[in-house]
Amino acid sequence: MLPELGHFALILALLLAGLQALFGIAGPWLGRERWVAAVTPAVAGQAVMVSTAVACLIASFVGNDFSVSYVAENSNTALPLFYRVAAMWGAHEGSLLLWILLLALWTVAVAIGSSGLPQRFAARVLGVLGVVSFGFLLFTLATSNPFLRLDPPAPDGRDLNPILQDPGLAVHPPILYTGYVGFAVAFAFACAAMLEGRLDQDWARWTRPWTTAAWSFLTCGIALGSFWAYYELGWGGFWFWDPVENASFMPWLVGTALVHSLAVTDKRGLFKSWTLLLAILAFSLSMLGTFLVRSGVLVSVHSFAADPSRGIFILVFLIVMIGGALALYAWRAPLLKSTAGFELGARESFLLFNNVLLVIAAGTVFAGTLAPLISDALKLGTVSVGPPYFNPTFLMSMLPLIALLSVGIHANWKRGRLKDKQRMLLYTFVVAAVLGCGLAFGVYYRGKLLSAVGATLGMWIVLSSLVDPIDRWRRGLSVPRAVLGMTTAHLGLALAVIALTTVQSFTTERDVALSPGETASVGGYEFRFLGVQPVEGPNYDALGGTVEVTRHGAPVALLKPQKRSYWVQHQVTSETAIKMHHGSNVLIALGESLGAGRWSLRIQIRPLVSLIWLAAFIMAVGGALAATDRRYRAAGAPAGARAAVAAQGAA
Amino acid sequence: MTRAGLARVTGAWAIALGTAHLAWSVDTTQLPDPRLQARYVTLTHELRCMQCQNESLADSPVDLAADLRRQVRDMLLAGKSDDEVRDWMAARYGDFILFRPRYSWRNAWLWGAPATLLLLGALVSWRVVRQRTTLLATDHDVLDEDGRP
Amino acid sequence: MNRFLLPLGIFALLAVVLAIGIRHSPDKGLIASPLLGKPAPQFSLPDLADPARQVRSADLRGRWYLFNVWGTWCGECRAEHDMLLKAHRANLLPIIGLDWKDEEGNARSWLTQLGNPYDSVAVDASGREAIDWGVYAAPETFLVNPHGIIVFKHLGALTDETWAREIVPRVTGAPQKGS
Repeated sequence: MLPELGHFALILALLLAGLQALFGIAGPWLGRERWVAAVTPAVAGQAVMVSTAVACLIASFVGNDFSVSYVAENSNTALPLFYRVAAMWGAHEGSLLLWILLLALWTVAVAIGSSGLPQRFAARVLGVLGVVSFGFLLFTLATSNPFLRLDPPAPDGRDLNPILQDPGLAVHPPILYTGYVGFAVAFAFACAAMLEGRLDQDWARWTRPWTTAAWSFLTCGIALGSFWAYYELGWGGFWFWDPVENASFMPWLVGTALVHSLAVTDKRGLFKSWTLLLAILAFSLSMLGTFLVRSGVLVSVHSFAADPSRGIFILVFLIVMIGGALALYAWRAPLLKSTAGFELGARESFLLFNNVLLVIAAGTVFAGTLAPLISDALKLGTVSVGPPYFNPTFLMSMLPLIALLSVGIHANWKRGRLKDKQRMLLYTFVVAAVLGCGLAFGVYYRGKLLSAVGATLGMWIVLSSLVDPIDRWRRGLSVPRAVLGMTTAHLGLALAVIALTTVQSFTTERDVALSPGETASVGGYEFRFLGVQPVEGPNYDALGGTVEVTRHGAPVALLKPQKRSYWVQHQVTSETAIKMHHGSNVLIALGESLGAGRWSLRIQIRPLVSLIWLAAFIMAVGGALAATDRRYRAAGAPAGARAAVAAQGAA
Repeated sequence: MTRAGLARVTGAWAIALGTAHLAWSVDTTQLPDPRLQARYVTLTHELRCMQCQNESLADSPVDLAADLRRQVRDMLLAGKSDDEVRDWMAARYGDFILFRPRYSWRNAWLWGAPATLLLLGALVSWRVVRQRTTLLATDHDVLDEDGRP
Repeated sequence: MNRFLLPLGIFALLAVVLAIGIRHSPDKGLIASPLLGKPAPQFSLPDLADPARQVRSADLRGRWYLFNVWGTWCGECRAEHDMLLKAHRANLLPIIGLDWKDEEGNARSWLTQLGNPYDSVAVDASGREAIDWGVYAAPETFLVNPHGIIVFKHLGALTDETWAREIVPRVTGAPQKGS
């Protein structure tokens, strides 16, 4: 019963999404007021239907209904309840449903939050979102229906993939998707503006909080994924430049550029066509990511089951959505002209460089990720691309960016007036260099040039970012939330730079073979292996090792890495034992049994690695602060007054 | 969408090789000369495991990876250069086994992409800045600290 | 020309690349072998049936032969076994087996129980021979021509279709139906 209800709800959702799209786009165009008024009810209806479908699917999981094929593939009676719920989005069909749910929720939020916007414009935004929803719902119903029945029902399920049986599964996909899907809002705002033929500073101001919010979620989502990979997969690695990771990173890079470009358009009416293009690009990259992960065109350990027919559907969808948006762009963008000026040292310049560098970074990641496809299509043979390509090329565009950041935030709009800040910038740079080199060569002893450069630039951003807020505070002035948000986000970035530099430069890793009672010495710590014992889990059997960790004789931790063998899928996973000590992470993972109680172990000391994810979280908090600034909630009157003044000025 | 899981290749023959390992391996190989050891570590991390295709030879737990690691070790001990090891592997498994794309004319577009993009970016930036500094003469808006007129 | 059409143009190119990618994607897991068109590795390995004897590539010169890599631990190999028996009975060309990283006792019992489609089986205990052929997952089957050149490689269980469309026409010299 429940699966049928869910299926039916999805079909209704499809119809409602179609109506939402129709009323939203055709209503304003044809001047039909009733249609325009009908958009919001359609949005509400679609959200209710999608939520119903999701609830039905989760209920099927919780109730162990193995007559539903998707449940039988991804669950098991022995699976703990927590994971039975999270398993709903553990594979392709369910994760698509999650996508659709989050899109519906964002749409509801936009519907509520756009009460201050002109009704026709808001209808267009919701209409475009409706088109996206319609496409995804159609895709799900046509190729990836999670409610398909299994006849006869399976006696028990194939169990959730063991690597996904981890708390990370409960948070990473929902938060990541929230960000990923959130860029659809910026996309919708852009399309609505193009459809209406109006793109002004108001539009930029309206779009900003939505975009920043989506960006915050995406930052968190990517960081969570990285953190999850770190402690779950046991290699101590946290970023592999895997195609699926890149698929979420490219929208992030372009999204960051978009957030900054919107600021320029909002404040000075400049870069309008760039902002428009970035808004289209960010969501296009999200959609492209969806395509790459589910079509089987790329080899990835993260990709869902490959199916070319799904790939064709998504590709057509991509062509319609992105091609349509870019066609609109080609039509409307020539009309966007601004006569504002600025000098080389102005804030606008720095933001221009910032965006150019971010887009270049996204471009190099794009080239590397799609290289196998491109090379194959151009008949250049097979090529494979991994970290040895991505690491240096990414650095090429990012180093200039983090160097310019410290200067750029002090540049004024239009006329930079950097001359006044020269001394402050020099002082902060010198202090940063001392601190940075101190970290690279003093604390860790083994610094290389790049370590010093990274640490220095990171420190410089910290110091430079704090100058203005501290100055304001001392003068008793308030700091607007948006500025606070910006400072926090930049600080987060700086910390991430420092952490990444430290981890890349100063990680110690050794693989050792130890018999019980033997000790290995790695990175200043001593590791005494105490043997391996069998351990029983809820749906797995494990072998648990015990290692005593000491430093200069003082006890640090008793670490217990495990190797688990899951009953149903017969898969072996490695659970790393991690201990934070004085800012560093000590990791131990079990390798193989070498006979007679002797085991191979991987030991890693990673300094400041946890700071990476803390820094990302700080960035996201900064974004959240900026997005909730009161200035963005007012629409209407102020804008009109400004427009009048601007018109006078230009005349 | 970072989600670890087996890539279920249609045909399932890849999974047919005994138990599928979602773990990775610990490589306790130690070459006598620290420089050789460093080259060994770098090479085994730069070569792809052909069975678990997203893992390097260094990390992959499958037998084939262990065999190929031993091959790298033997070749290094026999005095072969890094390029000779890479060529040997690629001759049998194709360029796909290399995580670092070759420096060849075929891949020129890939390795040249970042520099080309940077050049394009610089050109575009220069044009925009020039246009806007010229417009500065006719732009009479007086802006407050916030950038608003 | 409207320079704002550039993004749309670039996207159109990308769409073409992706479409080609989908068309080729069933083969994605089956990476093209660099050994196609090149000489097959020379080998001389112990015979499974009689370890004192050697199975040698030199003995096969001047003839077509199939080189099939398998192991008793491999499920898909079990699946293709009947197909191999059928190919053996067709008596078109010798089928040489490479027992890859296997236990000899298991291999012999397997062939006794299930039937032996091979003219001879070479034992690759170390895995070195398989590596020379660029093998990365069993089963894999190679077709070698009388000049010792590898002309075709099949990944996965051998099927009727592959036998009829790829192997038989090449060996008999009949015109191939598509490639």
